[in-house]
This record gives sequence, structure tokens and C-alpha cells, in this order.
Amino acid sequence: MKTFFSFVKKEFLYIFRDIPTMIILLLFPILMIILFGFGINTEVRDTRVAVFDPSRDVATQELVNRLSASEYFVIDRYLSDISEAEKVLKKGNVGLVVVFSNNFNENMQRGSASVQLITDGSDPNTASSLANYATAIINQLAVDHAQLATNVGGNNSRLPIINCQFKLLYNPTMKGAYNTVPGVLGLVLMLICTMMTSISIAREKETGTMEVLLVSPVKPITIILSKTAPYFVLSLVNLATTLLLSIFVLKVPVAGSLTLLVGLAMLFIFLCLSLGVLISIVAPSQIVAMLVSAVVMMMPTILLAGLIFPVENMPLILQVIAQILPAKWFIEAVRNVMIKGVGISAISQEVLVLSGMAVMFLAMSVKKFNKRIE
Amino acid sequence: MQALSDVSFEVEKGEIFGLIGPDGAGKTTLFRILTTLILADSGTATLNGWDMVRDYRKIRDNVGYMPGRFSLYQNMTVEENLNFFATLFHTTIAENYDLVKDIYSRIEPFKKRMAGKLSGGMKQKLALSCALIHRPLVLFLDEPTTGIDPMSRKELWAMLRGLKSQGITIVVSTPYMDEAMLCDRIALIQKGKIMSIDTPQGIIGRFPQKVFAVKADNMSRLLSSLREYAGVRSCHTFGEFHHITIDNEQLTIDSLRDALVEAGHKNLEIKEIVPTIEDCFMELTSETRA
Repeated sequence: MKTFFSFVKKEFLYIFRDIPTMIILLLFPILMIILFGFGINTEVRDTRVAVFDPSRDVATQELVNRLSASEYFVIDRYLSDISEAEKVLKKGNVGLVVVFSNNFNENMQRGSASVQLITDGSDPNTASSLANYATAIINQLAVDHAQLATNVGGNNSRLPIINCQFKLLYNPTMKGAYNTVPGVLGLVLMLICTMMTSISIAREKETGTMEVLLVSPVKPITIILSKTAPYFVLSLVNLATTLLLSIFVLKVPVAGSLTLLVGLAMLFIFLCLSLGVLISIVAPSQIVAMLVSAVVMMMPTILLAGLIFPVENMPLILQVIAQILPAKWFIEAVRNVMIKGVGISAISQEVLVLSGMAVMFLAMSVKKFNKRIE
Repeated sequence: MQALSDVSFEVEKGEIFGLIGPDGAGKTTLFRILTTLILADSGTATLNGWDMVRDYRKIRDNVGYMPGRFSLYQNMTVEENLNFFATLFHTTIAENYDLVKDIYSRIEPFKKRMAGKLSGGMKQKLALSCALIHRPLVLFLDEPTTGIDPMSRKELWAMLRGLKSQGITIVVSTPYMDEAMLCDRIALIQKGKIMSIDTPQGIIGRFPQKVFAVKADNMSRLLSSLREYAGVRSCHTFGEFHHITIDNEQLTIDSLRDALVEAGHKNLEIKEIVPTIEDCFMELTSETRA
């Protein structure tokens, strides 16, 4: 036990004395949250709007005027044919197409009219903001009309319904909008646990200290455990910063149980540490360990785990590849707990897959760990 | 590639055993096998009755190993390194201080300095202290004097003699032939084969030829002249002299002297000398080549 603590102390000394690396490790999650977090808060001011209005009546005119009066929209053009809608969106001339149904005013008086909002879903964050603003304006119109009707007709207090149909071109499911925090969490834990652990064990091999350690009574399992312990602690610090930032700065609250979220993170940390140990056992030097972690684990995680593009929108082959990435499962589970607020039963599949992967990596590390050199 | 073949030797308890050979002779491989770091393809070795393969844990508990490359933690201070290795072997600096005192006391003034910032000689002293801190039965030192200054080399050998007097068996390798004389027994190793094992005196005593040291004003012309004579068996440069052995049936030393003077060599000096280990090494190398 004393040997273990002596080892852990040595690891901490190494981390604390390498000040640039330590700063990067502690600031990385903050930087990521800020970059990704504020990246999604796209300003939607003065978005150009195209209108297709076959009714051309008072109600549609009023709605167009209201849209135009708001700070978010500018009426750019009227479309003469519905088929032009996709064309103008594709060209990027407009960000939103408003399509009214026939006889809009008449229908509204009768109680039900419909309007369709079409936006470019390839940028899901902007698209959802646009849709939200437009829907709010349309609903306000409905409420105002109901009030007007009550004042004039007296007994007719029925609220007219405007069916607001929202259509996202190119990204119908709109996944990915809330990926930032879970994605950054996955990436940060992967970086600290997998990359740093593998580098730190590979460093012992490279500098020859592993030779000296092996010719001593210390057991390989002690070496592994003491190597992972400091990064475990560091990951917990980063987990706390990321969650605090997401709650207080990004205003993404934890809808589900915090305990479940932390437990999930611990499971993922454990998995990443096992993976880091495994990489370091295979890699002969620090640079190889870093490249393997970066190229094989980090890059696919950033690109395929749903951090930037929703997995559902990818070609089938990439979707299959994404399934073997631990981060994909973690991000999905965290998203469900954080955003949807589901309990453990809803994420049992993810938990199972992550546990399976962790056990597999650990077993492979223990089996592969060489009690000799080469 | 085969690094070692047909290697067989015994080291007595409490002696300084030297493995002498050039770079690439297989010394480091041999050390790694003996410290259980790598497995030999075939053959066996025991240490204090423990088998290298089966009882490797026992061996690791009881040997001190100092690799050829500086293998301590550069980002830790002298004191932190020594403390770390003491704990690794379940001991403390205080417990075995008398053993490392002679060595450690010389670097103790710098104990707050990072190991990576020490000079070559001080690094070796620290590495030696770390390898010794658990009072090992056998100390394996792989080229401890490579890359350090002559003064530190001398100091290091003096320390090894001190350790020997404390009853520690030392196996040391070196590419420097002059250090062979400081060992109790040596093995000359070349291309993975041991050519000779004996005390340094024993190896020199068995040298079959007389060795002459030759010197003149123009040493490089002298070397090419010497190599022209059929009777000169071997000729190697050693510092300010050329060492030669001659075939007595074809040439006497007097006739060689006359021939060299005739060839115009100025200030010619020829004297018989006691062979050095390096002469023996050269001789053995040329034998294995032939």
C-alpha cells in the first residue's frame, strides 16, 4: 500500500511539474464548452424570408407584416410557385420559407388554418431557433384574433387554431442540437484518461525507467493502478468543471438524476483508463501512444460520435463504424439523462455496452501487460 | 539476429566480475537476461539458486540493476528519486544509509536539484545509490562509466571496491579495456561469444607472444611501414605507441629495428612491454576471425 501511494505521489509530481500540460488539461474542457457552447447560440437576426401565399387575404397579410416587424425576419420575396421553396433554400437566398394554405383567413375564422415553415436543417441549431421565433409570432396572431372575436361577437370566444407545420429540410429528426455538453464531456474524458494515461506509461518505457521498475518487487498491477489513479482524479475535476459550466454558463440544466450522470461518467472514465493502459502496452513510445490515441480514438470521436454531425445523418457505413466508438454510447446516454431526464432503465443498453467494452479492454490489458520488456 | 550464443560462466559470491567488450558485443542483452527482463531462447541461469524463469520474482527482489541509459525520473529531485526507490523495495533511506553513504554523501548537497539537471557523473552516483538502496545480493551495472569524465570514472571504481568490501557481488560491463584491470575476474566478449574468462592477470599471463611498443616521429608512416613486413603478426595503435607482435621465425626485433632505421624513421624507439588486456582482446578477436 505504501508502495502504491509512493507511486501515486510520483505521478502527481510529474503532472504538477509539467505546468504547460497541466494548464492545457484543466483549461481544455472550459475552452471546449465555451467554443462549442457559444458556437450553437447562432444569432438569428434579420433572416431573409420567402413567402408562398396562395390566399392573399387579410390574415396572411397581417402575419407577414408581423414577421417583418420583428427583429428576426425580413421579407425577401414572394414565391409564385411552391416548387421554388427548395431552390431558394438551397441557394441560401433565404433562411425560412413560409407556406400558407389556401383560404387561410376563411379557415382561421372557422377555427383551423395551417401554415408550413420550411428551414434548412443542415444547421439544426439555427433552424430550430428560426422555427421557434416564427411559431411564437404565429401563435400570438391566433391569440389576438381570438380576443378580437370575443370583443366583437361577445359569445364567440373560441380560440382559432393555426396548425403550424414545421418542416426541416435535410435533417428531419433535428438531433444534434443538444450534443455540446455530452460531446465535450466525452471528448475531455477521453483526452485525459486515454491519451494522458497511455502517454504516461509509454514515457516510462521510453526513458528506460520501466526496466528499473520491473527489476523490483513491485507488481505490474500496482504500476497500472498507480498510473491511472491521478488521471482518475483529474477527470473528476474536469467532470465538475464541465457540468458547472454547462449548468451556469450554457444554461443546459441536468434534467435527470445527477447521481446517475456522475455514475455514468465514472463508468466511462473507467473504460477510458483501461483503453489508455491497453494503448500504452502496445505502443513503444510516447509519440506512438499519442498518435494512436489521437488518430484512432479522438478524431473518430469528434467526427463520428455525434458531436458535430448527428450520427443519424451519416452514410450507413459511418453509422456502423460509430457503433464501435465508446464515446458514441456515452454521449447518447448522457444526452438522454441530461436533456431528456430519463432514468437508468432507459439507458440500460448504453450502460451495458459501455460496461462490456470496459471489461474487454481491462481483460486485454491485464493479459497483454508484459512482466518483461518485449 | 542472434545477440548471444554459447555463453557460460559463473560469478563467485562477493567478487567484481567484468564483462569486457565493444559496443554491440551483446553485453546489454546478457544483463537483461540475467535481470529477468528478457527470456533467453535457450539455456538456463540461476542466481543464488533461483532459476531465472521460474523464480524471477525472487531475483527481482534481490538484485540491483542500473541500465546503461540514465533511467531515473528526471522531473524529480535527487532526494525524491532515492525515496521513491527505497519505498519501491519496502525500505527507507535511513535503514540502509550506511551502505549508500559513501556514494550518496557526494550528491547530498544537491538533493533538492532535479535529477535531469545533474552532471553525468552525479547522475551515475544517484543511479547507483538508487540501485543499492535495498542492499541487493547482486548489483548489475551496465556500462556505468560510459559517457562520464575520467575523474568520475575513477571515483566510481573506488566506490565499487567499497561495495565489494561490504559483501555485495558486482557484475559490471564496460567497453573500456583499461577498466578490466580493476575487476577480480573478467570475461572478454565479442559478437555474442565469450572468448576468455579469467582474472586480468591470468588472461595477460596466457598471452602467447611478446609485445613491443614502437614509436617514431611520423607515427602514421611508421604504421604503414610496420604493416608491410611479413614478420609483423599484428600491429595496433595504442595512444602514443604502436603495439606489435612478431613472428620469430621470420623476423627478430633487431632486424626490424635496422629495417625501420633504413626506411628513414627518425627517433625510433622500440621496447618490450607487458601485454595489456586490449592486446589480449585484439589477439583473441583476430584468432576468432581466422
